[in-house]
Amino acid sequence: MEIRWDILAIIIGASIVTFLPRVLPLVVLSRLQIPDLAMRWLSYIPVAVMAALLGNELLMTDGKLTSLKENIELFAALPTFLVAIFTRSLLGTIITGVISVMLLRLIM
Amino acid sequence: MQQENVQLRMESDENSFLQGVKDCVPTLLGYLSIGFAAGVVGHTSGLSVLEITLMSILIYAGSAQFIIAGMVAAQGSIAAIVFTVFIVNLRHLLLSAALSPYFRHLTAFKTMMIGTLLTDETFGVAINRAANTKALSESWMNGLNITAYLNWILATMAGAFLGQWITNPERFGLDFALSAMFIGLLVLQLLGRQKLFRDLVVVVSAVIIVVGASMVTSGSMAVIIATVSAATIGVLIERWK
Repeated sequence: MEIRWDILAIIIGASIVTFLPRVLPLVVLSRLQIPDLAMRWLSYIPVAVMAALLGNELLMTDGKLTSLKENIELFAALPTFLVAIFTRSLLGTIITGVISVMLLRLIM
Repeated sequence: MQQENVQLRMESDENSFLQGVKDCVPTLLGYLSIGFAAGVVGHTSGLSVLEITLMSILIYAGSAQFIIAGMVAAQGSIAAIVFTVFIVNLRHLLLSAALSPYFRHLTAFKTMMIGTLLTDETFGVAINRAANTKALSESWMNGLNITAYLNWILATMAGAFLGQWITNPERFGLDFALSAMFIGLLVLQLLGRQKLFRDLVVVVSAVIIVVGASMVTSGSMAVIIATVSAATIGVLIERWK
């Protein structure tokens, strides 16, 4: 049970480069009057980033498209989306997703 | 008098710290399982429980912690690891910028404290809540952020401790919790705005671009490229109409 010096250096370095992008826009932009066009652009960021993260998670493996036959996650995404749309419950959606993947892995 | 009213509203149940804690609960399972997995992976790559815990306290970013574990195991240099973490977490710039209009009423220090604990998940919950408002409550945001933060630290510690006995966390489908959470947050976001057609075009563009881009660059760069381009496409369709 110890902390090595090189690991500590990595942790401190990584925490600084993670901290700055998280904090700078919030602190700086909340003090400025942002132009209307930029606000409109920002309003699309949430939808765009969630879709991009999902596309990357569900469709890609190591820089290649995951083959459809092996893509259990993509199949599990279907009931997950349906539950999200019809219940609008975040917890229900997550539980549906986890159970779907577990069942599909048992079957396939 | 008006000042007082505003004050009262800010402190009502809806905007309280406790409400923030409650609004974090649905996402706990997602990050619990990812944090647990991060702890297990950290243990497998030879990091001590203390090192893993310190990482969660100071870095607090799942993708970064997986990458550090992987690169430490592969004996990467300190500079290479820190640089990779920087690239992977650059998307926080966009999340932080998108939240900034809702915290105009706070001091720089208070906004900094909120930004420090910003994650994909707390961003998703906060931006959904912000849908029909002009400002977000500081106590509510702190309730949300701190709950997620403690959950993450505990999850990675548990993973680090139990890592020696668990070899395959994927068997229980828990690795999918993160994707499922993104699905939930995306759907809530889409249904909460009155821009379904334009939003769907943005979603489809983001997916196509992320697939194309990740064939030529890293997944995390691809996410940034796709987010920036898809948001730009959204603004362009708005202009054409």
